[in-house]
Amino acid sequence: MIYLDNSATTRPDPSVLESFNQVTTQYYGNPSSIHQFGGLAEKLLISAKTQAADLLHVDKEEIIFTSGGTEGNNIAIKGIALEHQNRGKHIITTEIEHPSIYEACEGLKKLGFEITYLPVNEQGIISLQDLKNAIREDTILISIMHVNNEVGSIQPIEAIGEIAKQHPKLFFHVDDVQGLGKVPLNLKKHGIDLCTYSGHKIHGLKGTGMLYVNRRIKLFPLFHGGSQELNLRSGTENLAGIVAMVKALRLIKEKEKNEVSKMYELQQYIIQEVKKIDCVAVNTPEKAAPHIVNISVPGVKPEVIIHMLGEKDIFISTKSACSSKLKDESKVLAACGFKADRSTSALRISLSYDNTMEEIKTFITELKWAINEFKQALE
Amino acid sequence: MEFDHILIRYGEMALKGKNIKQFINQLQQNVQQKVKDFPNVKVKRTQGRMFVLLNGNEPEPIMEKCKKIFGIQSLSLAIKVDNEVEKVKEAALYALKQEESVNTFKVSVKRINKDFPVRSQEMNQVLGGHLLSKTEGITVDVHNPDVEVKVEIRKEATYITSGVTRGLGGLPVGTSGKSLLLLSGGIDSPVAGFLAMKRGVEIEAIHFHSPPYTSERAKQKVLDLAKQLTKFGKSIKVHIVPFTKLQQEIFREMPDAYAMTIMRRMMFRISEEVCKKEGILSLTTGENLGQVASQTMDSMHTINEVTNYPIIRPLVTMDKQEVINISHDIGTYETSILPYEDCCTIFVPKSPKTKPKRDKVNYYESTYDFSPSIQEALEGIETTKITDKTLDSFSDLL
Repeated sequence: MIYLDNSATTRPDPSVLESFNQVTTQYYGNPSSIHQFGGLAEKLLISAKTQAADLLHVDKEEIIFTSGGTEGNNIAIKGIALEHQNRGKHIITTEIEHPSIYEACEGLKKLGFEITYLPVNEQGIISLQDLKNAIREDTILISIMHVNNEVGSIQPIEAIGEIAKQHPKLFFHVDDVQGLGKVPLNLKKHGIDLCTYSGHKIHGLKGTGMLYVNRRIKLFPLFHGGSQELNLRSGTENLAGIVAMVKALRLIKEKEKNEVSKMYELQQYIIQEVKKIDCVAVNTPEKAAPHIVNISVPGVKPEVIIHMLGEKDIFISTKSACSSKLKDESKVLAACGFKADRSTSALRISLSYDNTMEEIKTFITELKWAINEFKQALE
Repeated sequence: MEFDHILIRYGEMALKGKNIKQFINQLQQNVQQKVKDFPNVKVKRTQGRMFVLLNGNEPEPIMEKCKKIFGIQSLSLAIKVDNEVEKVKEAALYALKQEESVNTFKVSVKRINKDFPVRSQEMNQVLGGHLLSKTEGITVDVHNPDVEVKVEIRKEATYITSGVTRGLGGLPVGTSGKSLLLLSGGIDSPVAGFLAMKRGVEIEAIHFHSPPYTSERAKQKVLDLAKQLTKFGKSIKVHIVPFTKLQQEIFREMPDAYAMTIMRRMMFRISEEVCKKEGILSLTTGENLGQVASQTMDSMHTINEVTNYPIIRPLVTMDKQEVINISHDIGTYETSILPYEDCCTIFVPKSPKTKPKRDKVNYYESTYDFSPSIQEALEGIETTKITDKTLDSFSDLL
């Protein structure tokens, strides 16, 4: 099997699974239980949190363990909105966010919030001037993703952070689910107040995630209960999942340091080769995250290509898995200004550090074959 | 372009006259110790300066480590470039742009290398002009600038810095001997330890553990606090004293109102023994005047009777809020407030004496022989060495 859908989810690392098994069989105590067995679980929880905080260069009181990216984004958006609505009810985000941001914002509209969606250019990047113009007296939150999940564009988080810093009354949230372990991000330096991460995108397990919350920030919790996770996210901790994710975080941070150039090479190779295929257009901008290549084959139904490759045990995707069910067109590609022929015919290839050049070469050969077959069938 | 080293300035240490060499050597050692995990990072000294050479590492994490080292007055990120005007211009602009909310700046050029073709004054103007033309909304203010871009043209290269981050001040840990910190797990004692370390004191810690009245977690909390303190100094030995039996005896045999005072006296006696064994010359406590019953003037007078070792009490005149503020700053607050019982909270008498008298305490103590239990406590001491890397048994899982 050649798995090239790593932006949807990744294969759990075997050593991460080992930790999961060990924790879930040996340390199943409840960290809140007062007895020694619970104490052991609590100690492990604190160790995991300390390690996560060290790897992200923040304090351990600034990490909240969640069930994943969707939850993290919801806690950030709604938590800020509900806690600080007396200050203002205006939120700024972009047209290319993940549905968990977009839908959370749409939900808040019903509670009287106003949302500004910033447009992006063909490279999938917002304009800083647009952002400056959009900030108002009553703006309480800017939420902008770091790396886009469909095309891989990288937002200028540092510059956005500088703008946010000039407005001390508003908060700055970054969705870094796709960037973690591939594109470095400096939370403290760039003035980021909240940042969402997911475990299963970095070879951890589904149902795990983290939210960074700067220690001076108050949030309205979505889950009330037993005061776990600094009272921001009640519910018995998924300790085995948490330990697994933090281990995965350590492993991917090492790879980010040592192997990211290799990933860029694979990406560049794909781009260079698909450009040679007739009628294929590359949607991923020049300056992009290393693991995503988005292409369109106008006139060719992407699902057919997916299934043809699937029969050869090669797995890529159309737009993001999370919005694929909605309708034909990619909202992100439409926002980038691509016409319908391109925004409805997109394919996404997404890499992990495990992919090899050999796999990529096979994939290119089979992609050429699939497109050719499809075209001949139409003639 | 990137910051490639950190410039370290030491303040008070420069006043130390003949001992200065020893102080600076200790500081260099301490800095080296803190950055040794970053590959290729080097600590160097030239002409009254200390530099941390980043050699490709991200500056922030290293800066964070250095900010926690006592004996450093201030730190600046710096760039080293060849002695070429164009390169210096580029670096000065980069350095200025790294600063936040800048409205005004000034440039100060020092030309130590007189072979450099442009004179200092002229170079000031060249750089000032360059910065003005490449930025927006920023003006020059030579008297009170938000940022001073400092340029030092030396023989081997030119160094450019802009921002200045304050260090913790104080003296390098290891230059003022060792003290034994009575670490309870509350808010005060870690702060006391921190402040003793600020004056160059290396600490060991002692904790009185009373299972089952106090839990493993209370003990773990103390180890965690010690670990947090290692960030500001060296590794810390923690001596855990099994205190249950002695404590039970005190509360069974002694009058209720005096039990607390006698318990504190026992702690000091045991601590002094540990000092003797470890070659430590003083005790450090988080005591504060007038805070609780055991910390009145009378109480201190009575408790202090049992030892003539110096007792460092850094918090003695502080307000509670000041202590809490420091506790937040040094990252011990969240751990300190975890709600586990410690040996001081579990056996609280209903009405402790706020004005205990020496003669009365001595009389009560003479009515019972505590020495076997004291001896037993001393023999049962478990010592753990905590370093900033002490993880625990879980490192294989993570």
